[in-house]
Amino acid sequence: MGRRVAIVGVGMTKFVRRAQETGKELAYYAAKEALDYCGMKLSQIDAVVIGSAPDTFDGVHMKGEYLSDGAGGFNKPTLRCYVGGGTGVFAVICGWYHVASGLIDSCLVVCEEKMSSYQPHPQGAFLTIFDHTTERPLKPNLLWIFALEMNRYMTTYGIKKEEIALVAVKNKKNALDHPAAQLKEEITVQDVLNSPVLAYPVQRLDVSPVSDGACAIVMVNEYLARRWTNKPVWVEGVGWSLDTAYWTNRDLCYPRYVEEAARMAYKMAGVTNPRYDIHIAEPYDPFDYKELHHLEGLMLCGKGEAPQLTVDGVTQRDGDLPVCPSGGLLGVGNPIAAAGLMKVIELFLQLRGEAGKRQVARKVRRGVAQAWGDLMQVGAVTVLGI
Amino acid sequence: MKVGIVGMGLTPLRPLSPELSYKELVYEAAVKAYNECGINPRKDVDTFVTCAEDYIEGTSIFDEYTPDQLGGALKPNHTVTQDGLQGIIAACLQILTGNFNIAVVEAHVKSSNILTPDGIHLCALDPIYVRPLNLNPYFIAGLEYDRFLRVNMINGIECGEVVIKNKRNALKNPYACYGENLTLDDYLSSDPVSLPLLSADISQPADGACVFVLASEKVATSLNKEPIWISGFGWNSGSYNLDTREWFYLSYVEKAAKMAYQEADIKNPQKEIDFAEIDDTFSYKELQHLEALGIFTEGRVFAKLKEGAFHPEGEFPVNPSGGSLGMGYLYEATGLMRLFVACLQLKGKAGEFQLKKADKALVHSWRGLPTQSTACLIIERR
Repeated sequence: MGRRVAIVGVGMTKFVRRAQETGKELAYYAAKEALDYCGMKLSQIDAVVIGSAPDTFDGVHMKGEYLSDGAGGFNKPTLRCYVGGGTGVFAVICGWYHVASGLIDSCLVVCEEKMSSYQPHPQGAFLTIFDHTTERPLKPNLLWIFALEMNRYMTTYGIKKEEIALVAVKNKKNALDHPAAQLKEEITVQDVLNSPVLAYPVQRLDVSPVSDGACAIVMVNEYLARRWTNKPVWVEGVGWSLDTAYWTNRDLCYPRYVEEAARMAYKMAGVTNPRYDIHIAEPYDPFDYKELHHLEGLMLCGKGEAPQLTVDGVTQRDGDLPVCPSGGLLGVGNPIAAAGLMKVIELFLQLRGEAGKRQVARKVRRGVAQAWGDLMQVGAVTVLGI
Repeated sequence: MKVGIVGMGLTPLRPLSPELSYKELVYEAAVKAYNECGINPRKDVDTFVTCAEDYIEGTSIFDEYTPDQLGGALKPNHTVTQDGLQGIIAACLQILTGNFNIAVVEAHVKSSNILTPDGIHLCALDPIYVRPLNLNPYFIAGLEYDRFLRVNMINGIECGEVVIKNKRNALKNPYACYGENLTLDDYLSSDPVSLPLLSADISQPADGACVFVLASEKVATSLNKEPIWISGFGWNSGSYNLDTREWFYLSYVEKAAKMAYQEADIKNPQKEIDFAEIDDTFSYKELQHLEALGIFTEGRVFAKLKEGAFHPEGEFPVNPSGGSLGMGYLYEATGLMRLFVACLQLKGKAGEFQLKKADKALVHSWRGLPTQSTACLIIERR
């Protein structure tokens, strides 16, 4: 895939319901930690990439410009990339193409989200994501459309809610060991099934929380990688795909756009048999069924087979294919763009063997992170390896 | 480093387009661009970049609505929430990785759909320190303009000349919608907005869409016999905060320009570049940018302006298309509009506003109030 690009430093703030800090401050904390991680100074960074989801959350127009100085972009080439909920992993792809182009040697990638500014609940912001003529007059809600998708997924493959609830149980438990986690707890399948119904089959504990937080990574070229760390984590493949806006015309049981993105990334990384070549996965899990849906889209199992993988314990930290060992969005939290980057940071730590209590049992050399968003429409995939 | 521009399409700018949706505008521009290089977007394009801001579109997560009218569904698409030139830069970086051969860049705006542009502008100001003042955002331009006049010891007539020049240039440009023959008296008698800023100093919004097809050096000539080459680009962000920025000198523009000149191996921009399409969102910005871009050193800009050097037949034509003042302001698509008219010059297809010599050009954009975000491109024909 041409020039090699490595991640050498990572940083993140705690994910919380209501941060006292402004978005700029959150971005600063994460960026500073990432630079300190590898011992670099801001002056040694050539370019900055900012990732953040809709401006509506903060009520700030041109949010990329607003965040630029907090993220370290003052007096530097700064770009804000955007693919809705997929932004967190896409920002890594954006950082990758900066460095892989050969023009930029080092790039700081900062993702920030502050959802708590939107009162009383950021769900209101999502009313404006729908088509202004055909959909908005129906006053749709994100939970409703995901309930449609979850229902379709369960009906097509005959999946039970109990099987899906296992994902929430696993991820929230994994998050107990994550220092930045917001919703770490030990729950049972029964707790999920007894939680309030939001839009059937989606229940309270099937959903990730509303969060504030920021994450940052430092990406450099091959030459600088050796200089700043003895354990660089390489970006081996990237892929992204955006499907049509007419989501009502898609069969919601399978995320084909994730498959397209994964195929692109696997081809670049030389992955021919994902189930064996990929040792650890961090798929996007804003809802518990989405982890399963995405495992299938990432071709880590056959269509409709992901629930069984979970029932068999394969996706546990000590399993053969650890999935969301971080605790995922369900456990650590979901500050949209930052949540995607959190997944990449988890892979970085796992591949370097620095995940502490969260370190997976099996030896891992290659992992995949994925994010998803828009109108159930976008897949962003990054394959990392050592 | 070289990336070729092999196809381009721009819809003629109009103040109103009630019969067309933004999707139809984009489709029209895209079809023009694809036809120029004979590509099928569904098969041939490797990556799509669009430039848009949610507030301007009136839709959150607007990147949802970008692939269909471009023929890009189920393909790599992403949005850059910046000016069109930054979108071109994102596409160039992707091509330079060696993993992509053909990229499409799109930006558009339906300004006529925006009911409360000042309200949106206000939302771009710092929510804690500045927005509570509840001022019309043009006060920033007024402050900056005032400082510009004082430091240069001029009285604003010079900026009037810029307005007159650009609006007159636009009369010859079929894509422009604000061309007119203005006199200095007309200019001076226009309404004050935030003194010294007059309403005639401000470019007026328009509707339009612009699409570009870029290709790697390897495939560009097979798609278009005479591609326009991007030989250098640079981009930079200054301070977003009003309280910590340099109000007079635009160091971020200087940095972006230096980056572009270095890549394009330009040592003396004034001599090596034939003309420039640069940002004139406000009249004084054209002069301020000319200085910061390193084309004319401090103070010489005004002498050159008096000599008529920036007229189409002058020594260094600036905005022969009419710029934003003459063509219209296209928000995120403004940079692409400038690139489009600069490419027309290089191809010799600018018709009535064709310059005599147009082999190498500088295209520049500024993100608008309240930002200090900028991008530059050097384009040439081989």
